[in-house]
Amino acid sequence: MRYDSLVDSVGQTPLVGLPRLSPSADVRLWAKLEDHNPTGSIKDRAALFMIDAAEKDGLLSPGATILEPTSGNTGISLAMVARQRGYSLVCVMPENTSIERRQLLEMWGASIVYSPAAGGSNEAVRVAKAMAVEHPDWVMLYQYGNPANAQAHYETTAPEILADLPSITHFVAGLGTTGTLMGCGRFLREHVPGIEIIAAEPRYGELVYGLRNLDEGFVPELYDASVLSARFSVGSAEALLRTRELVEQEGIFAGISSGAILHAALGAAARAVEAGARADIAFVVADGGWKYLSTGAYGGTLDDAAARLEGQLWA
Amino acid sequence: MAIEVRIPTILRTYTGGEKAVAGDGGTLADVLVDLDSRHPGLRDRIVDEKGLRRFVNVYVNDEDVRFMGGLETAVKDGDTVTVLPAVAGG
Repeated sequence: MRYDSLVDSVGQTPLVGLPRLSPSADVRLWAKLEDHNPTGSIKDRAALFMIDAAEKDGLLSPGATILEPTSGNTGISLAMVARQRGYSLVCVMPENTSIERRQLLEMWGASIVYSPAAGGSNEAVRVAKAMAVEHPDWVMLYQYGNPANAQAHYETTAPEILADLPSITHFVAGLGTTGTLMGCGRFLREHVPGIEIIAAEPRYGELVYGLRNLDEGFVPELYDASVLSARFSVGSAEALLRTRELVEQEGIFAGISSGAILHAALGAAARAVEAGARADIAFVVADGGWKYLSTGAYGGTLDDAAARLEGQLWA
Repeated sequence: MAIEVRIPTILRTYTGGEKAVAGDGGTLADVLVDLDSRHPGLRDRIVDEKGLRRFVNVYVNDEDVRFMGGLETAVKDGDTVTVLPAVAGG
C-alpha cells in the first residue's frame, strides 16, 4: 500500500488467526498485530489522534514543546509524530523501564526526565503535572485524560477489527491509560450485541506499588468501568509464559504485555469451551518483542526471566 | 485450608509486615471482617461506607471483584484474594 508519509500509514494492521492456540474450530483466537504500526506499537494511533486534536484546537503552534508522562510506547509514538510536525517533546518516564525505550526516545529526538522507580507511572504523572505548572507554555497532551486517545480506537482500531471479524464475541486488550478498551469497547458494544470487553491489567513487582499512601493511587480520567465486562490481573510469570507460547506456537514475536492479554484471552476461550458456546476472540498484540530483549524475557527458565522482570515496568 | 489474602506493602503495617495472611468467610466482606479481628484497622483502609475505596483494587483469583459481586463476591477455601493500590499504565 502507498501513503503520502509515514504518519499516514498508522493503522490498518493485520488480524491473524491462531490455529494452534485456539482450543477448537468453534472457539477461535485472533491477534490484532499493532506492532505493524510505524514505531512498532498501538500507541501510534493515540499519539497521532492527540496531536491532530491539539492542532485542531489551536493548542499546538509551530515550534511548540509537548510534555507527556509515559512508560515508553506513547512517548516513542509522540516523538515520531512530533519530529515530523516540528515540535519538541519532553517525556517523563519511570527509571525502571527497559534501555531500548530510552534509546528509541532519544533516537526520535525526545528529551527524557526520569521519575523515581517506586510508584511507577503514578510518579511519572505526578512529576509531569508539576513540570506543567512550571512551564505553562508547554502542552501536556495527557494520555490518561485526553478523549482523543480513546477516540483513536473508536474511529480506527475497532472498526478495522469488526470489518475483519464480523462474528466477534470477545475483545481483549491491556489496561493502562484505558484508551484502547474505552474506545474499542464503546464502538464494539454499539455494533455487536452481547460482546464481552475484557481487560488484562499487568501485575508488577512490589516496587511499582510502593506508594507512600493509598491516596496516591491513580485511576485514569478516561476510565469508565461500565464499558468493561471483566478485568483480570496478570502477573509477570503468566505474561512471560504466554509471550513465549505466542512465539513458539504461532510465530508471533510480541512484547510482554501482549502475553498478559493472551492469558486473559485464553481464559475467555476456556470458559466458552466449558459453556459449549461459539467464540471469536480478538485480542491486541500491543507491541513487538524487540524493546524487551534486554530484559531476558525470551531465554532461560521462566522463573529466572520473571525474577529479572521484578521491579520493571513491562507494559 | 483457608483463604489467602495478599497484602500490599503499604498496608503491611496492619499485618506485622506479613505479605499474606489467612482469612475465613463465605464472601469477601466476611473475610475482611474476619481479618479485621486479628489486624484491627486493615478493613477501614480497604472499604469505606460506600464500599471498596476508590484507589484500592481487590481481586479474587486474579479477577477484579468490581466485575463480580463486589464485596458480596463469594469466596471459598483455597481462593486467593489480592489487594492492590490502583496504579497508572501507559
